[in-house]
Amino acid sequence: MSQYQEKATVSRVEQLSAKNYRLTLDSPGIAGAAKAGQFVMIRTGLAKDPLLRRPFSIHQTSANGHLQIYFKVVGRGTDMLARVKAGEIVSIFGPLGRGFQINKNSPAIIIGGGLGIAPMLFLAKSICRLKTDCSNDHIILGGRERSEVEPLVNDFKQFGLKLGLATDDGSYGHQGYVTDLLKSLELHSGCTVYACGPEPMMARVYSISKSGGMQCQVSVESVMACGMGACLGCSRMTKKGTYTHVCLNGPVFNAEELIWNS
Amino acid sequence: MEFIDNREDIFPDLRVNIGSLEIANPVMTASGTFGYAREFENLMNLHRLGAVIVKGISLYPRPGNPPPRIVETACGMLNAIGLQNVGVDRFISEKMDYLAGLNIPVIVNILGDSLAEYREITERLAGVPGVAGIEVNISCPNVKKGGVAFGTDPSMAAAVTKAVKERADVPVMVKLSPNVSDITLVARAVEDGGADSISLINTLIGMAIDLKTRRPVLANVIGGLSGPAIKPVALRMVYQVASTVSIPVIGIGGIETTEDALEFLLAGASAIQIGTANFINPRVSEEIVEGIGKYVVDEKLPSIRSIIGGLSINDG
Repeated sequence: MSQYQEKATVSRVEQLSAKNYRLTLDSPGIAGAAKAGQFVMIRTGLAKDPLLRRPFSIHQTSANGHLQIYFKVVGRGTDMLARVKAGEIVSIFGPLGRGFQINKNSPAIIIGGGLGIAPMLFLAKSICRLKTDCSNDHIILGGRERSEVEPLVNDFKQFGLKLGLATDDGSYGHQGYVTDLLKSLELHSGCTVYACGPEPMMARVYSISKSGGMQCQVSVESVMACGMGACLGCSRMTKKGTYTHVCLNGPVFNAEELIWNS
Repeated sequence: MEFIDNREDIFPDLRVNIGSLEIANPVMTASGTFGYAREFENLMNLHRLGAVIVKGISLYPRPGNPPPRIVETACGMLNAIGLQNVGVDRFISEKMDYLAGLNIPVIVNILGDSLAEYREITERLAGVPGVAGIEVNISCPNVKKGGVAFGTDPSMAAAVTKAVKERADVPVMVKLSPNVSDITLVARAVEDGGADSISLINTLIGMAIDLKTRRPVLANVIGGLSGPAIKPVALRMVYQVASTVSIPVIGIGGIETTEDALEFLLAGASAIQIGTANFINPRVSEEIVEGIGKYVVDEKLPSIRSIIGGLSINDG
């Protein structure tokens, strides 16, 4: 397990919608070691405030040592990160956590909702690289409205997988939820569902997967200070009645290990 | 051929004494911010540390508090982890072998809800290979006395110190809570109780509120504030305690840089602990060891010991 603290040069900043940004960083150590579903901790500034690094799932990596994150401006840290310019340096630490366990022999259903779309590009890429037959694989992307989904669609088209799109307001794709599209598929127990998105979405995806007998892996979010098992801040209750830690044992879990409040 | 003897430039004398315990340099990692050290083995050279203080250990395993357990605040963070740990028996059987194999002193932080628990943990740690010292967390509530923290009452703080000291076969360091009106009273009490050294400060109790939900951010409602926000308070308390007691003092609170560490040494600390900064830069403690070494060389000091308590107070 190799982890790196790198001073990464920002090579590209893309504003994909009013509040959503994509950053490309030159981070060869982390990009080379990362697996789909893992995350990085980034310092959004060099001053004492904001103090802590922020966790970001890895959006995708490339063979030339680039790593991308896709994020929304929600507070001061992400606001600072959105103002970073190409050529500037950010401190990045990773790759961290456990990523998706790709089942090579099973049809994949990849579901991303809102910012949960972020890690699914890396996953789709990894799945297409690992599997010889992707003809039964699906990608389903959803969001509240068009701007949360449309800017990323071209990147997902490159894999040639069947692509389903949904927005809550119907401004793009199916009007409704990703779970409507999931239910409309011809599912069988041999499929593996990979999901990341808001908690209610993942709870519903898990419940559909469970009733279809399908394995379901989810990537969950948590506040955390260190990202590496030292602060124990990112606890989450498991079905066993004990706390697990998102940074070490996740962020990807078998959904059946966790407790879902739906 | 002539060799120039410049070893002192290469190896500045950073040794400090914490009572009978001599450590290679004054930099330790604070309990609860460094796991059981192994978490950091791929990220830094653990052997460069003066000492490692492991996550607080209780008699029985503790699950910790429900989430959210942490929240960032201005120049700091609040935590309410709830003393999650594996318990003393599993600590000894699962963690101690690795720690004993490190080339550095391992100090075990202990906590309890009663004098009996403190006694029992100390007894179980006695004779365990690799344990170089015990740090006593006295910020826990005394369940038998209505939940008042041991650390806020000088007589209870002294009683805990005595209970541990009577059974310990290694030096005992007592970690003070800053949530008191006069820290020197507690410091004196634990010195009288037999403590070999005092470390301070633990976190300051604080709170954060989510305006949208009108609820506390932490599930535990209140939590401990740490990080650079508390450094001035910590420095003041270290100064006060070092001026009061004659046993060694270890400074803790918001140390992120070499300069921060040196300020604590000037204020009277014989050593320092790095806490929250480990979360932001896992290599920070090693970098501070390097920085202190460079300072000793650059300032041409005979040793780092020469600046401990070297604060000048202008009487005029």
